[in-house]
Amino acid sequence: MSSLWPELERVLGEVQKPARYIGCEDGMIIPAHHPDKAAWLLIYPDTYEVGLPNQGLQILYEILNERPDAVAERSYAPWTDLAAVLRREGLPLFSLDTHRAAGDFDVLAFNLSAELVYTNLLECLDLAGIPILAADRGPEHPLVLVGGHCSYNPEPLVDFIDAAVLGDGEEVVSEISVVVAAWKAEGRTAREDVHVALAGITGVYVPSLYTADHSEDGALAGVRPVHPAAPEKVEKRTIADLAEWPYPKNQLVPLTEVVHDRLNVEVFRGCTRGCRFCQAGMITRPVRERPADQVRTMVADGLRRTGYDEVALTSLSTADFSGIQEVVEDTVSDDACGQVSVSLPSLRVDAFTVGIAAQIQRARRTGLTFAPEAGTWRMRQVINKLISEEDLYGAVESAFSQGWRRVKLYFLTGLPTETDEDTLGIIEMAKNCVEIGRRHQKGASVTVSIGGFVPKPFTPFQWFGQNTEQELHRKVGLLRDAARKARGVQIKWHDTRASVVEGLLSRGDRRLGPVIEDVWRNGGVFQEWGEHFDLELWTDAMARHGMSFEDHVYRHRHEDEALPWDHLSAGLHKDFLWQDWRDALDEVGLEDCRWIPCYDCGACTGYGIEHVVASAVPPAGGSQGTGQGLEHGGGVPVALSARPPREPAEVGS
Amino acid sequence: MSVVGNPKILVRFSKAGKVRFTSHRDVARIWERALRRVALPVAYSEGFSPRPKISYGLALPTGYESAGEYLDVELDREKAESLQLRDGPEGDLRERLNQVLPEGIRVQAIAPLERGGESLQQAVIACTWAIEVDGADSAEVEVWASGILDAEEILVERERKGKKVTDDVRPLVHSLDVSGSPGDGVQLTAVLGTQPRALRPTELLEARLEGTSGSTHPPLSARSVCRMKQWMLRESQESQESQESQESRNQTKITQGDARVEPLSVDAGPAALVETRA
Repeated sequence: MSSLWPELERVLGEVQKPARYIGCEDGMIIPAHHPDKAAWLLIYPDTYEVGLPNQGLQILYEILNERPDAVAERSYAPWTDLAAVLRREGLPLFSLDTHRAAGDFDVLAFNLSAELVYTNLLECLDLAGIPILAADRGPEHPLVLVGGHCSYNPEPLVDFIDAAVLGDGEEVVSEISVVVAAWKAEGRTAREDVHVALAGITGVYVPSLYTADHSEDGALAGVRPVHPAAPEKVEKRTIADLAEWPYPKNQLVPLTEVVHDRLNVEVFRGCTRGCRFCQAGMITRPVRERPADQVRTMVADGLRRTGYDEVALTSLSTADFSGIQEVVEDTVSDDACGQVSVSLPSLRVDAFTVGIAAQIQRARRTGLTFAPEAGTWRMRQVINKLISEEDLYGAVESAFSQGWRRVKLYFLTGLPTETDEDTLGIIEMAKNCVEIGRRHQKGASVTVSIGGFVPKPFTPFQWFGQNTEQELHRKVGLLRDAARKARGVQIKWHDTRASVVEGLLSRGDRRLGPVIEDVWRNGGVFQEWGEHFDLELWTDAMARHGMSFEDHVYRHRHEDEALPWDHLSAGLHKDFLWQDWRDALDEVGLEDCRWIPCYDCGACTGYGIEHVVASAVPPAGGSQGTGQGLEHGGGVPVALSARPPREPAEVGS
Repeated sequence: MSVVGNPKILVRFSKAGKVRFTSHRDVARIWERALRRVALPVAYSEGFSPRPKISYGLALPTGYESAGEYLDVELDREKAESLQLRDGPEGDLRERLNQVLPEGIRVQAIAPLERGGESLQQAVIACTWAIEVDGADSAEVEVWASGILDAEEILVERERKGKKVTDDVRPLVHSLDVSGSPGDGVQLTAVLGTQPRALRPTELLEARLEGTSGSTHPPLSARSVCRMKQWMLRESQESQESQESQESRNQTKITQGDARVEPLSVDAGPAALVETRA
């Protein structure tokens, strides 16, 4: 149980960016391990630069270390150079906090934010010296858990994991700690014992207690429990009130450069805009706002403690936060914080939002980003991203007239019912934006960023057959040709080959386990990195296991077809999702339920919770998602209770 | 350009332990955050993206330790007027910085900076390095050291602006001393020049000595390297030399004596201004 640091420091000089592996961040916790405490190693299976800022991992890190019966440390996927050195030297994967071997922990908990990291999970297990197959592990090996958005369909990973945890982690990690600490106290009896105990916790799915049935042609017939302790349906966890969880209290401040290197304060969780392609918006319902006073305290304390000069107010649509304007004003005008810039990672598309952006970007007005997602109004009704052209052009006009020189627009292609007219509408829209911009600035330019659409579980588009790689490639080609002729329009696109593998893993079933293992055994790690991604590894592995992309990715699913995640629940009624899918095909939009009567998607009613929204009226300005124009003002009848005023909670330590 | 009259301070610090694996750029960011946390009124540049006016000394290669790193901080004159480097209301600045800096980075001394226009990077002409040599006994290292010192020229291939160039680094080797007892590892103390381009200890250890009898194969490697001192010329000497060409100055051998001085000594001198009360 000793530190591996003396061995590691001898080899760190050989690898790129060794500061990724030293820990030492401000906010780091050196926990006191004890035989009675469940020892967690929280692993983000991507590089330190990508993983360190992850707020979910940091929240659990603090909550676990506050418990008397648990300790938590962190690890990130070692880059390929260090992985080779570790294998050469016979050294295992290690924690950053005390440089302890991963195999010395009781739980290895992986945060899965993206499908392409799945092979890195295997790489981390192997580096830890742990059998990659769950069936090969004994009581001497740690439990392997996964959480994060990808755990809503963990079926492709069931060969490798002990359990998947669905939903918000704040409460459930404590319940898991109790079970693991008890298992440890009993001297770690058979793994089945702890599996059965874990299955009793709401939100925890233990795949070894379920079996998958297949029809004669190999298609999935369903996944069902085979143990009395396993529930028919595993429900996700949802915390009712974000105000009770002011975490992270001591955000980690890395010593080396990472993505999003700034203070992050989550202003609300969940989103009910109802964009049909957006898994995050579907699985994190309902909307739970943090009280504005708590946001202010977390921002001010966080800036003072960390020395950062930038704070991001995070959520799935921050301009929708009640009182966003006041919070932003207070932050930028607070002298105690010095010269602080505020970033709003997901901007709504309207002039009101640009007004807020103008407030916080007084100096550097280089670029502003919006996500209309589709190029025509018809297409936006299909995906329920109800931005009117008027709103978009108003926002763009407002941006260029207030000094921004470049606007970046995000779009998806390969959406359900998309025609070439819809695809090319993207460039038409970009051209119009350039034209508006040039009225204000000579060099106005618009950057169009294109992503290939990947259907996700627990969304209305979960039945949609993803566009083939060739089709996505063709559409990107159309867009590139059109953009070439459009003055002031630049275009960037996501690798369409990667979208295909994301699609495979996103909606795959248990049959994909051997494929993932095959890709990993053939050297496929860091697949989310362009320099390492290799489609051939995947096509070869699929062929070797007799599977086709046609069947697993490109095929439309039927209404009565068993989906690999039917035994799991994000709270959403399947018939609500099906109806929303039909509405999409009929080009019918659905309003944001924060400000209209409930249409019973299931996320609130099923769990006896509700939205926590301070404002009883939709935000001023713009129609996006609310279906309300400016002319309606704020007079929308509301069936929801607004948050009662409350004392600001204690923040910070 | 600095605003006329803005006061500057010189900070000397050490870098050791795990944190030695941070890069020069990482250390710059660590300092920016630390200075904001202690609310030091740092001057900012003008323009679209104001930057704090901090200049960092000679880059320390990632992975090396140091007992003497430096940075200059330009302060906002108006806001700094009330600033006391010592015994301020919130205590000594050095103490406050050490509380917010990561473990392994420690401020040793702070003093008002009176040095003229020359930047630290230009002013420093040599460094003393303590090198723990790996895989060779002291006799072998002695032979290697005399080989280096006896050589007419030592050609080292280095990269400059992406191109391979061959430099004669012999003029940059001011002194080499070997010490150490068996089992304890061999300690090599080297004073190496930094102008016009600093010679890194590992570059020297890996250098091939051609045509000398004392050459060792394979070249030496270091278990650890620590920058002990950075040297500038004493001002009086500098003024005497002001007529001489830059080149001849670079050739100056400063192994010891009065000719050289540290930008900020830890033991004596200006540092006393900011020492904590006993």
